[in-house]
Amino acid sequence: MTTELFFVQLINGIQYGLLLFLIASGLTLVFGVMGILNLAHGSMYMVGAYLVWYFVTVTGSFTVSAVISAIIALTLGILIERVLIQRLYNRNHLDQVLLTIGMIFVFNSLQSILFGNDPYGVAVPGALGGGIPFTDNSSYPIYRIFAALICVAIAGALYYVVRSTRLGMLIRAGESNREMVEALGVNIKSLYTIVFAIGVMLAAVSGIIAAPMRSIVPGMGESVLITCFVVVVIGGMGSITGAFVGALLVGLISTFSSVLMPSMSNMIIYIFMILVLLVKPQGLFAK
Amino acid sequence: MNKFKTYFVMLVLGYFMSMATNTALASSDIKIGVMQPLSGVYAGPGQSGLDGFLLALKPYTNNSHQNSIEVITLDTEAKPARAPELATSLLMQHKADFIFGPAHSGVAMGMIKVLRGKDTVMIIPNAGAAAATGSLCSPNIFRTSFSSWQPSYPMGKVALDKGYKDVYLISWNYGMGRESLEAFEESFEAGGGNVVKKVLMPFPSTNFQPHISDIAAQDPDAVFVFFAGGGAAKFVKDYDAMGLRGKIPLLGSGFLTEGTLEAQGEAAEGVLTTLHYAEQLDVPKNLEFRETFHTEYGHYPDIYAVQGYDAGQAIIKTINLLDGDVSDKQAVINTMEKLTINSPRGDFTFSRAHNPVQNIYLREVKNGVNVVASVAAEALEDPARGCKL
Repeated sequence: MTTELFFVQLINGIQYGLLLFLIASGLTLVFGVMGILNLAHGSMYMVGAYLVWYFVTVTGSFTVSAVISAIIALTLGILIERVLIQRLYNRNHLDQVLLTIGMIFVFNSLQSILFGNDPYGVAVPGALGGGIPFTDNSSYPIYRIFAALICVAIAGALYYVVRSTRLGMLIRAGESNREMVEALGVNIKSLYTIVFAIGVMLAAVSGIIAAPMRSIVPGMGESVLITCFVVVVIGGMGSITGAFVGALLVGLISTFSSVLMPSMSNMIIYIFMILVLLVKPQGLFAK
Repeated sequence: MNKFKTYFVMLVLGYFMSMATNTALASSDIKIGVMQPLSGVYAGPGQSGLDGFLLALKPYTNNSHQNSIEVITLDTEAKPARAPELATSLLMQHKADFIFGPAHSGVAMGMIKVLRGKDTVMIIPNAGAAAATGSLCSPNIFRTSFSSWQPSYPMGKVALDKGYKDVYLISWNYGMGRESLEAFEESFEAGGGNVVKKVLMPFPSTNFQPHISDIAAQDPDAVFVFFAGGGAAKFVKDYDAMGLRGKIPLLGSGFLTEGTLEAQGEAAEGVLTTLHYAEQLDVPKNLEFRETFHTEYGHYPDIYAVQGYDAGQAIIKTINLLDGDVSDKQAVINTMEKLTINSPRGDFTFSRAHNPVQNIYLREVKNGVNVVASVAAEALEDPARGCKL
C-alpha cells in the first residue's frame, strides 16, 4: 500500500467510524442511563432513512425533510417509551429483549406495507453535491465531509450536554442512583422519556444523514444494529466516550482489513472485540 | 400429564381430519405448488415472479376451463433452512404436479435436495446457481431464468472489443458473486485480457468506499462487478461519488441496474451491463406482455415477472400439448424440454440441462433506462458443467 493510498483509507476509515458513532451513541446513552437494551435501535435508523426518503419525494427539499423526519422520530420515541418501554423498568433484560425484538418485526412489516420492498435512494442535496479533487483520478464527495462534520458536532453537543448542563447532571445522577434522584424530588419518569426519545432521535438522525450515501432497503436496520453492538461492547456499555473511541477503532479496522484481506474483514472486527473483552471484560471505557 | 395426552390425541386426530378434508376437496385436475419468498428481503422479486406466473395461468385457474388448476402458495421467506420441509409438504401432502420456485439460490439448493428425480416437475423462475442445471441437474428440474454464468460470460468479450486490457473485478463472496466473476474471467482471459485484482467482499457488506479508493489507486482500464438490489444501488452511487464515473468505465452483470435505476439516479448513467432481458427490448411479445401486465397489476413488469411468466407459459403449453393429462411425468418432461417459449425476452429453448438457451443483450444506461446497445451473445447455452443429462 502506497503512502497516498494509506492516507486515503485513513480518511475513509475515520469517516465511516464517525457515522458508526452517531448510530451507536443513542444505543449506549439509553443503556447507560436507563439500563434498557433497545434491540429496535437499528429499526429507528431505518425509520429515519425511510422518512427522509419519503419527505424528499414529497417536498423536494432535503433540509425540510430532515427536520420533519427528526421531529417525527422524537415523537415516536416519546410514544414508544410512554406506551411500551415504561412497563419494563422493573423487569429483567430478557423481557426487554423480547419486546424490542418484537418491535423490529413490527417496524419491518410497517416499512414493507407503507413503502414496499424496492431499494430507494435519496439524491445528495444540491449545495453539497460534487467533490473536491483528491487523488489523480478520484475526488472526495463534499457530502461525506459534511456528514463527518455533523457527526463531530453532534458528538461535541452530546459531550457538552452530559458534562455541563442541568439535564446532563440529572442524567448522570440517574445513572448512578435512581432512587436517590427520585427521593430528591426529580421526576425520573419524564427524565427517562426524554433520554429514550433522544436515543431514538439520534438513531433516526444517523439514518437521515446516511440516506444520501447508501441505499434505502428493507433490513437496513438489522445490518447496522450488529456493528453498533460491537462498537458499544468494545467501548463499554453505557459510555459515550467509549462509543466514540470504539466507533473510530471499528471504522478504521474494518476499512483497512477490507482492503488488505477482504475475505476475512467481517471476522476481524469480531476477533478484535474478543481481544478487547479478554483484556477489559467490561469494554475500554466501562464505569 | 393427562392434559398433554389429550392435546396429543387431539393433534393427531386433527391432522388426519385435515388430510381427509384435503383429499375430499381435491376436485381440480392439476396442482401447482408455489415456493416464493413473499416476505423478508427477497419479497420484491418473489412477489413479482409470482405475479408474472399467475398472469400466464390466469385463463386456466378459473373453473370454467376444462382443466382447472389449483395453486398452493407457500412463503419461503428466502430461508434455505425451511426449503426442504416446504418442498416435502408440496410433494408428499399436496402431491403437486408442478412446483414453481424459488427466487433465492440457497432455497433452490434445499428444494433440489428433496425434489431431484421425484414425481413432480420443478421449474425455477429466478435462482441462478450454476449447480441447479449443472452438477445437480435432473430430468424433472427446469429453469426459465438464467444460470449465473450466462449474463457475465459475454461481458468478457465486450470488454476486449472495447479495448480494455486490465480489468478490476469485485463482488460479494457468495455463489452468484463468485460464479459471475469466474464467468467473466473465463471469456476475458481467453481473449488475452488481464485481471488486475479480484476482490470478494463478505456478503452482504456494503462498505464499498475503501475498495473504490483502491480501484482509483490501481487505475484499471475498466471495472467489472456483480452486485444486486440495495448493494448494487449503493455501489453505483459510491462509484460516482468518488468521482470515478466517466473516468474508469463500470461494467456489470445486468442485475447491477435492474430495479435499482431509480435509486441510483444520475450515478448510473453510462454503466454497461449484460443480461438476457431489458425492459425496453424491441420485441413484439415484450410490448404486448408489458401492457397486459400493466392492465392487470397497475405497474410495469420487471425481469422477475418475465421469468415467472415464462415458467407459467411453459407449464400451460405442456398441459395443452398433453390434452390436460399430466399423470405421466416422463411425458411431461419430454414435452416440456422440446418447447420453444415465446418470451418477452425473445424466443428461447431449453438446453439438455433444462436451462434457457437465450440471447444476452448489452445494455447501456441512458436517461435512467437500460437501452439495448447490441446482442452480446446470440442463443447462448450454459456449459452445464458436471451435468450428465
